[in-house]
Formats: sequence, C-alpha cells, structure tokens
Amino acid sequence: MNDTKPHSTPLLEVRELTKNFHVPGSGSRILCALDKIDLEVSHGETLGLVGESGCGKSTLARTLLMLEKPDEGTIRFEGTDPFGLKGKQLLAWRRRVQMVFQDPFASLNARMTAGEIISEPWMTHKDLYPTKESRQIRLQELLQIVGMRASDAGKSPQEFSGGQRQRIGIARALALNPDVIVLDEPVSALDLSVQAQVLNLLNDLQQRLGVAYIFISHDLSVVHHVADRVAVMYLGRIVETGTTEEVFNRPRHPYTAALMSASPQLDVTANETRQRIVLEGEIPSPLDPPSGCRFRTRCWKAQDICASDSPPRVGSPDSALHVAECHFPLTPEATSELLAEASARSTTTAAQPHTITTDSGATC
Amino acid sequence: MNAVTEISSRESMVDDDIVLTVNGLDVDIRTPQGTLRAVNNVSFEARSGRTLALLGESGCGKSMTAKAVAGLLDPVAEVVGGSVELGGTDLATLTPKQRLKYAGPELGIVFQDALTALNPVYTVGTQLGEAFRIHDNLSAKAAKLKAIELMRRVGIPEPEARVNSFPHQFSGGMRQRILIAMAVALNPRLLIADEPTTALDVTVQAQIMKLLRDLRTESHMAVVLITHDLALVAEEADTVAVMYAGNVIETGPVREVFGSPRHPYTRGLLDSVPADVGRGADLMSIPGSPPELHDIPQGCVYQSRCPIVQDICRAVRPALEPTGQPRAVACHFPEESDDE
Amino acid sequence: MSRPPRKAPQLPSGGRAVSPPGTEAIALPVPVIKGTKKTSLFRLLLKDRFATAAAVVLLIVGLTALFGPSLMGDLSTKQDLGASNRPPFSIAEGWAFILGSDPLGRSMLARLVVATQTTLSVALPAVAISLLIGSVWGVWAGYHRGWRETVSMRVADVIMSFPSLLLAVVILYVFSPSAANIVLILALTRIPIYLRTARAESAELQSRTFVDAARTFGTRPNAIIRRHVIPVVTPTLLTLATLEFGYVMLAESSLSFLGIGIQPPDVSWGLMVAQGRQYLQTAWWLSFFPGLAIMITTVAANILAAWLRIATDPAQRWRLTLPRKRFVARTAVKEVP
Repeated sequence: MNDTKPHSTPLLEVRELTKNFHVPGSGSRILCALDKIDLEVSHGETLGLVGESGCGKSTLARTLLMLEKPDEGTIRFEGTDPFGLKGKQLLAWRRRVQMVFQDPFASLNARMTAGEIISEPWMTHKDLYPTKESRQIRLQELLQIVGMRASDAGKSPQEFSGGQRQRIGIARALALNPDVIVLDEPVSALDLSVQAQVLNLLNDLQQRLGVAYIFISHDLSVVHHVADRVAVMYLGRIVETGTTEEVFNRPRHPYTAALMSASPQLDVTANETRQRIVLEGEIPSPLDPPSGCRFRTRCWKAQDICASDSPPRVGSPDSALHVAECHFPLTPEATSELLAEASARSTTTAAQPHTITTDSGATC
Repeated sequence: MNAVTEISSRESMVDDDIVLTVNGLDVDIRTPQGTLRAVNNVSFEARSGRTLALLGESGCGKSMTAKAVAGLLDPVAEVVGGSVELGGTDLATLTPKQRLKYAGPELGIVFQDALTALNPVYTVGTQLGEAFRIHDNLSAKAAKLKAIELMRRVGIPEPEARVNSFPHQFSGGMRQRILIAMAVALNPRLLIADEPTTALDVTVQAQIMKLLRDLRTESHMAVVLITHDLALVAEEADTVAVMYAGNVIETGPVREVFGSPRHPYTRGLLDSVPADVGRGADLMSIPGSPPELHDIPQGCVYQSRCPIVQDICRAVRPALEPTGQPRAVACHFPEESDDE
Repeated sequence: MSRPPRKAPQLPSGGRAVSPPGTEAIALPVPVIKGTKKTSLFRLLLKDRFATAAAVVLLIVGLTALFGPSLMGDLSTKQDLGASNRPPFSIAEGWAFILGSDPLGRSMLARLVVATQTTLSVALPAVAISLLIGSVWGVWAGYHRGWRETVSMRVADVIMSFPSLLLAVVILYVFSPSAANIVLILALTRIPIYLRTARAESAELQSRTFVDAARTFGTRPNAIIRRHVIPVVTPTLLTLATLEFGYVMLAESSLSFLGIGIQPPDVSWGLMVAQGRQYLQTAWWLSFFPGLAIMITTVAANILAAWLRIATDPAQRWRLTLPRKRFVARTAVKEVP
C-alpha cells in the first residue's frame, strides 16, 4: 500500500446512529431505517457493507453524505461532528466525503456534458481551483486518472456506455479530493467484463490516492474481492462486523451464514447438489420490525429469549474485533452441521414461511 | 392436488425429449441508423426436464431472442429468417392469431421486473385466472379457485385471503412467484425465464430458483434461462449457449463449457469473475466493450477484444461448429481441450 | 488453419447445423450506416411533413402580423359605400377585394391582415406573461415542497375554480376593455396551467439522483434550480405555451365577440366574426374568413406543439428519426405440414 502516516483517530466514526422516517398514514407510523449503527473506517481502508433491500444501507449512505440528518447518534470525521457545523465550515467538510451512485444513467444529468458534470462541484467550491486554467488542467487530470480521453469532456452521457458513465461518476466524486468515498452498488448495473475494469480502477485509485471506501453491495463475490473489513446489515442493524476473511469463512451470525450460502457459486468442480441454507419467509417490513432480535422470524435457531431480549454484541474466539449480535452465535462446527440439516429440509416441498407471530412492540 | 392429476393426464413426459429447436434465427431491427441485424443465425435446443441458459452481457441479443421465440417482439423488430420449432410447429410462420393458441398451454414466460409485468389495477386472482378463462373457458368463479390452487403451488402463504390483493401489496419475491404461477398455469412444455431474479435479493433469489427447479421436475418442463450471471448458470443450468453481439459463440453442457472454455470470450468472462483473487490484485478484464449494433464488424464479432485475433478473423466470420459431442464453438482458433 | 466444409453436420445435441452444406462461414453484409449523430431540431422538423406545414403557416401568420399593416396602408380603413358587401373574388375592382368587402366597403383582405397584428399582439404577451410568472413560481414551489408547495397549489386551485371567461367579462366591464387589460386578465387566468406543470416536474426532478449528487457537494437550492431543474422543465413548458397560444387567441376572440374585447375602430379576428354575424345569410364571407384564420392558426399551433413535445424530449426523440417502414413481404415462408 502507499505511505499513509498512521493516524491516531479513525477517519470516520459512527456511534449509535439512528434515523427514523415518518410515514404518512393512519396514525403516525414510524419507519426505523437505522437503529443504533456503529461503524469505523480508517484511512485508506475499504469497508464493505452487505445487506439486502430494506436493510437501510442506502439510508446510511445518505446520512454519511449529510443528505439526511440523524435523529440520534453521532458521526465524526477525524474527531469533528460535521452536523454541528454551519455555513463555510460545513461546506469545507462536504469535501471530505463524496459518493458514487448505483445507476450510471440516473446519476448524470443527460443535458450536461461530461466535462460540466465533473467540474460541477467546483462551481460551489470556487476556492479549490479559482482560475479557469487550473480547472481545465484538473479536469484533464481527472479524466486521465479514470481512464478516459481528453476529448470525452465535450460529450454528453448518452454517448457513453454504462461503464464509462460510472467512470464519469467516479471522476466527479474525486473532484473535491475527498478522504472517503461512499460507493453505493457501483458495479451492480454494469456488465461483468466492464465490472472487472471498474473494480481494477477503484483499486488503482485507492493505492495511488490513499482514499478510503465504504463499498455497499449485495454481490458477495465483489465485496470479498475489494473489502478489508465487512459489516453485514439486516433491517436497520449491523448484525456482524469483522475482517473479510473472518466474516466470510467463519460467520458468527446466522444471517451472514445464510447470505453466504444463498449466493450462487461459480465452481463447476464442486458437488452437484451444493448444500445451502434456504431461508424461509420474507424480510419483515421495516415499519413493523420483530421485537428482540430482528432476524428471529427467519432464523432456524430462534428461541423465546430472541423475542424478548435484544441480542448482545459478542466477540469471537479468534478475535475480539469480530463481533456479532446474537444470543446463539455460530461456531465453525455448528455451521457445517446446519448446512447438512438445511439441505435435508430443503428437499421437502414448497417453502412455508415461519409463522412466529410478531408483536409490534419493537421500539427504535 | 389437482395440478398433479392434470400433469398425468397429458401424454407421459420424460426428461431429455427435445421440446424447442431454434434454427438459424435472424432478427432485424429498424433504428435511426437503418435496419440492423440484432440476432444473427442463432440456433439452440431445449429439452424437457432440463435448463438451457442463454448467457451474455447486455446488448448481446439474448432478450431479443427470447422475445422472438415468444412472439413478443417490438414493432420495430422482426424475424427475417430461421425457424422456431415447438412441438413440431414452426412458430415463426404463424400469424399472431394462431400463435395465441400456444401462449399458455405450450409456452410460458417469466419476465424480469414483476412490478411492471403485472397489471396494477387488476387483482392477482384475476390475472392468474386469465389463462384459465381464455384457454379452458372456465367461469370467473372456477378460474378464481384455480388461481388459489396455483398460488399454493408456488408457495404463497394464505392464498385464499391474498387472491384478492393487488400486485403492489406483495413483496418483490412474492410478485415473482405470481409471475411464475401465471407462466406455469397451464403446464406448458417450455418456460422462458428472462432474468427472473436479477431484481431480487440473494436470499429471495435462492428461493425462487428452488421453486423453478421444483416446478421443472414436477412437470418435466424445458426451461430456457436468460441471464448474465455466470454463477447462476453454473448452479442452475444443464446446458449453456453463450451469446455475444447477436451471435451464439459457444454451446455445451455447463460443467464442460465452464470447466474448459473453448472460445476466448467465454474464457475472458470466466476470468473476470472476482473469485479467490487476492485483495489488491487486479482482476483480469476484457478490454473495451461490446460493439454497438451498427458497429458490428465483418468477420468474427469478437475481433476487437480478442487476445488471439488474426487476419482471418477479421475477414471471415466463424460458424458454430461442433467440437466433440456435445459442444460447439464459433472460433477460428478455439482452445484445444485435453480430452477431445 | 481452416476446417473442411461438412455436409449438414449435427448440432451438439442432434439438431440440424447452421450453415448449409458445402459453404464455409460467410461474412455477413453489414448495412452502411449513414445517420448523423446529432440531428438538429431543424432537420427533424423537415422530416415530419405536417409539422413543417404547421411551422410554415405560423411563420406566415407572424410575418403578416409584423409587416402586413404597413403594406396595406390605409386600405383597411378606407370606406367606400359604393363597394359594400362585395363577394370574394371580385377582382374586377382590383386585387384589394379578392376576399370581398365588408358593409362599409373596406377590403376584407386588408382588415384581416391588420386584425392579425391586433390578435397576436394580445395573445403573445398574454402567453409570455403567464408563462414567465407561472413557471418561476411553480419551479420554486415544487423544489422546496412543504408549505410553499401546498399554499401555491391552493392559490392555483382558487384561480382555476373561477370560470375564466366570466371573470374576464366582469373585470373588463368594471375596468375599461383596453388591450392592456385584456392581456392582463388573460394572463392571470392561465397562470395556474404553468404553475401546476412546473411544480409537478420540479418536484419530480428534485428527487432525482443527479440532484442528490449536486446536494452532496453542498450546492445551494437556487443554483440547483438554475442548473438542473430549469433546463429540463423548459421544453415542456414551451410546448404547453404553444398549445396555450391557440387557447388564448380563441379566448380573445370570444371576448371580442361578446363586445368587451377589442373595441372598434381596432379590429381583431374575433371582432370581425362578431361584426359579420348579422350578415351570415347574405355576406357569409364576413365571418367566414376571420373564423378560418382563427381555426388554421390554432390547428397549426396544436400540431407544432405535438411535434415539439416529442422533439424536445431526448428520450423520445428517436421516434422522429426512424426511417419509414417499407412493407416487405417475408421471403421463405415455409408451410409446415
């Protein structure tokens, strides 16, 4: 890696972040999108954020970008809380974190040229590159960094492919020289061959510029490739955190194990019938999350205590930093056992969902 | 279940019978740049009880091939050559009216986005029962009962209550089940699934693919699975036809094609998948991007990105030629395999 | 390195092969592409014959309004009681009476030309004012949402709930029916149309991803509106304005017909129709030609608006660039026994 000086405070620290939305309807219903989220990102590191729809990862991304204000909890960039800032100071902090969006078609204004899109941030941050020449030079640099040609600056987004548009999005995110970039499913909408190109580019940029990534994705193979550490989200909570190797090879939380198991594997040498855990039922609505542990309605290990008590955060035998929120975290032996069990169950007929009744007493 | 008795009342189906033969299919499309060939000389087969995957990236023509088989082409596109034989009849020569008899009893389709594929103003029961009202001439009431049965068959809980709900009241996974239910309502011989799980979460995807597998086994359907997801093909399909720029460039059983790919594109695709490459190491990627429809070159369609391109590749387009049963590849310089 | 041609080789699983026996792989002909990448709006217009005709008509009307009256001199006011109520094509007395004459012997053609200027000088400013006010207001309300949006929409509802013609009649009766008052009242009653459309588009746009991206750099709302919202809503609003132009023209004509619009000796198309009403049996051309003028102009504006709607939408524009479909019979249609 490059030569980043060791920093005492983590680059980004999130503590007990909570965000609720009010849903208009009969009575005031509250949608708890984020429930006491804790996260840490160090300089130059990649944190992978994994989760399915409704888990709150998009809300988390938007809150980190200060597009939403949290209801409780704090976010700190190198010790400072940007939500306490105003005016020019706030503007300066906005440079520290930028975002690359999922949809390469929707994230660029079709009526602007690529050059205008990339230089748009500088129209608000005029002091960064005050003269027209300096902006031109920097624009050319950025285009070159992301692997595009100088002549591409005058073209409009329709003339580019999905992968190229994503490169424009990345260049725009780099325009303010941020310390951390949040990438919300940056390669999901791209073809496989283009995906590899963009992932290589991101890797290259990180090594050159030392920028940290928060990489949100549902594609486990991609996360496995890019992330140093991984956090797994389910229904607004982070259920497991650890290094990539720990989380992928020795999952502690049942949901993580199910997620790993459900992802199709590209391995034709393996056995015909790969044993996998097929979760029953659907993700509960975030408007009405299950009490206690939110995963209990689909968890095969659920007991009474899971409904009454919120699960504690426990470390692992191999590392105290590998944490999971579960009353009955998995052990490596248990994992292989349950795979055998699950494959036996999965050969029975059509999936009937668990009918553990949810009482709506969950508070956020 | 009534569904079971219905299956047995058809001619006894066994696995591995050829159900669909597509031969030399050509589809042209009118664009601002003129009339272009979107699907060129595509041939493949689907067998009962087996899944054939049409694998390719976006723009390779796989969706258009599926629509051509189903007779659902956009007005700007049209089949200009080849045949689509389903159970002895060439669908391409039929008028739309004649085709109607096939949609449902012989051929079912599942689309990618269930929310846009279902009519938001009709209840789920009405839409499911439509097939029965049209083809079996059942009354609305009887059709509703069939609809409930169908919902139970695909694993939707409490079907009696939910039969009167609207599509937007279901979750994504449930909607996809409904779409699948509509497609298999009349026990078709062939099911075409166009990216059925792309918009779904991974755990729901596992459920849906399991459902498709079960349905296929129950009724010995042939399944044509259209996708860009290599891992999905590896897990779910028996045979695969890899498409690029409107052409089929390699076919064969999945294990063999993925185990020892012959065509440089297949090889490139497999190398692009982030497998257990070390962190920080680069993925092998295919440079460039697929050609636009109006830019498809003479000669081999893959020439602009192929690492082993030669002069003959630029001049002459290779035909799909068999290389040892039961595989075929369209390349002048296919990789030799150990066991030929 | 080439393989020898095979005779109908078997497909992997037993089907027929693709290439006919005896032939090698044949390079397929690639159609020569001759499309220009950026088709200008003008060329697009020329492709659609109806839209071109409509544009030409409107151009003629515009030019007539601008230069016509000066060309006509005093022909429109010159009274000649001896030549009263001449039917059209009475060219014996000179080309001035090619469309006939009115009861006072004035040339219909000349009056029509002068009326064009009056009608347009009421309709165009009215459209421009309502467009400007309604759009700016609507974009602001739609972007900020919340109470600004709600209040603006309720005001629009109030304005729209008044029958506009009735309101115009009342106002113009109370204050005098001058051209300026007519313009103002017509503008006022049409503001809600633009307000609602602009608000709806603005509200939808402000939730788009690229606007979110702009927010992440800390862009202020006014800058976002200027940079992202206005360029996108403008085409829709201009299309709307083209349609509205026809409506406003008709409204002015109705007011003049009722007697509280343009007052004589000024002349507008609506006023001419009104004045010709009592002669419908005997001198039909007095109402017919101004009525025809109103109709042609309105229809042309509508056609152009419909074309504009598609042409200014980058997502739909391709529809106008398609080559015409040639009906080609499918060759090689095999009958399967």
